[in-house]
Amino acid sequence: MSEKTKFRIVDGLLIAMMILPFVAGIVLKILFTPESEGISITGAIVFFEIKMPLQPLQITEAQVNSWLVMVFLVGLCLYLTHGIKVVPDSRRQHVAEWIVEKVEALVSDNMGDKYMAFAPFIAAVLGMSAFSSLSSLLGLFPPTSDLNVVFGWSILVFIIITHYKLKGGVWNYTKGYFEPIPVFAPMNVIGEIATPVSMAFRHFGNVLSGVVISTLIHAALGGLSNVLRVGIPAVFSLYFDIFSGLIQAYIFAMLTMLYISNGFPEEAYEKRMKKKAERERRRREAAALVENK
Amino acid sequence: MELAIAIILGCCAVGAGLALIAGIGPGIGEGYAVGQACAAIGRQPESRGQVTSTMIMGCAIAETTGIYGLVIGILLIFVAPNIFVGILQKAIGA
Repeated sequence: MSEKTKFRIVDGLLIAMMILPFVAGIVLKILFTPESEGISITGAIVFFEIKMPLQPLQITEAQVNSWLVMVFLVGLCLYLTHGIKVVPDSRRQHVAEWIVEKVEALVSDNMGDKYMAFAPFIAAVLGMSAFSSLSSLLGLFPPTSDLNVVFGWSILVFIIITHYKLKGGVWNYTKGYFEPIPVFAPMNVIGEIATPVSMAFRHFGNVLSGVVISTLIHAALGGLSNVLRVGIPAVFSLYFDIFSGLIQAYIFAMLTMLYISNGFPEEAYEKRMKKKAERERRRREAAALVENK
Repeated sequence: MELAIAIILGCCAVGAGLALIAGIGPGIGEGYAVGQACAAIGRQPESRGQVTSTMIMGCAIAETTGIYGLVIGILLIFVAPNIFVGILQKAIGA
């Protein structure tokens, strides 16, 4: 088998990896949707439950669809980077490089060059959020219109933010709650908790409202005549699904970047690192002294 | 019993309508933001791209409160009646 055929076969497999998840999602949706008259607005369909000590673990449509989007994204990344060369000669490598450059420019513009290591994470958040919202175009249940999925992301972001805030030392972090005056402490705590909640609700609410409004438009047009259902809802989904979903993905990534870079206490971190280095130096000197004796 | 359920359904609908009053704030705020962005572009047409992207981002963030109202409205219409009627039936023991 020549090199070229092998390359083609791997390419085909990767393309299948990108398309099959969505086909699987549509098949699952068709199999599990209960028969009903007309259009109904429901939450995610529960596929099956696993018995757990506290409460049964439900595997819902939202989870499964987000896994499918993940598989799609992995396939997309592998496809775009398949057979990359130092001097690009294929179209897909140009696309891949364009994406990487754009994300790196976004990160360096909003966070600074120190945080370049965040570029892959931001790209993952952007891609995941954007493609999750866009999956509603195929008639799938968009995972971002389930609060649990988005809340999971925002809790992850919150953990990263807190980790970066703690880099200035625990004392510095605790002190932050009592500023500008100690009376503000409860408000600061509420503000801290509000960060992940508002991030999650913003994203979830926008996508959910898109889903509900497009379903209502669909139902209303169907009530008038079945012919009107063709095409007209697509115009509305241009705004509610595509524009709103992409804007929310961008905002989620943007807020992640801003919160992380604003939360990082630079001065306190440098002071702490200096102190640590000093302590280390002294310890080593003392050890050397002991050894010399 | 029917009367109680009717009151629950009616109040849920009224509550959903009231929740959508939250749309006033973002409407005024976003209008003001867009107006200011237009003024900024008029003053410095070369900064159009930056102003537009900042404005869209600010608008989407300002929209959050309106979206909260919308979420409450949707919950009140599609989710709450079932829960409330269930609570009522449990309380009565029917």
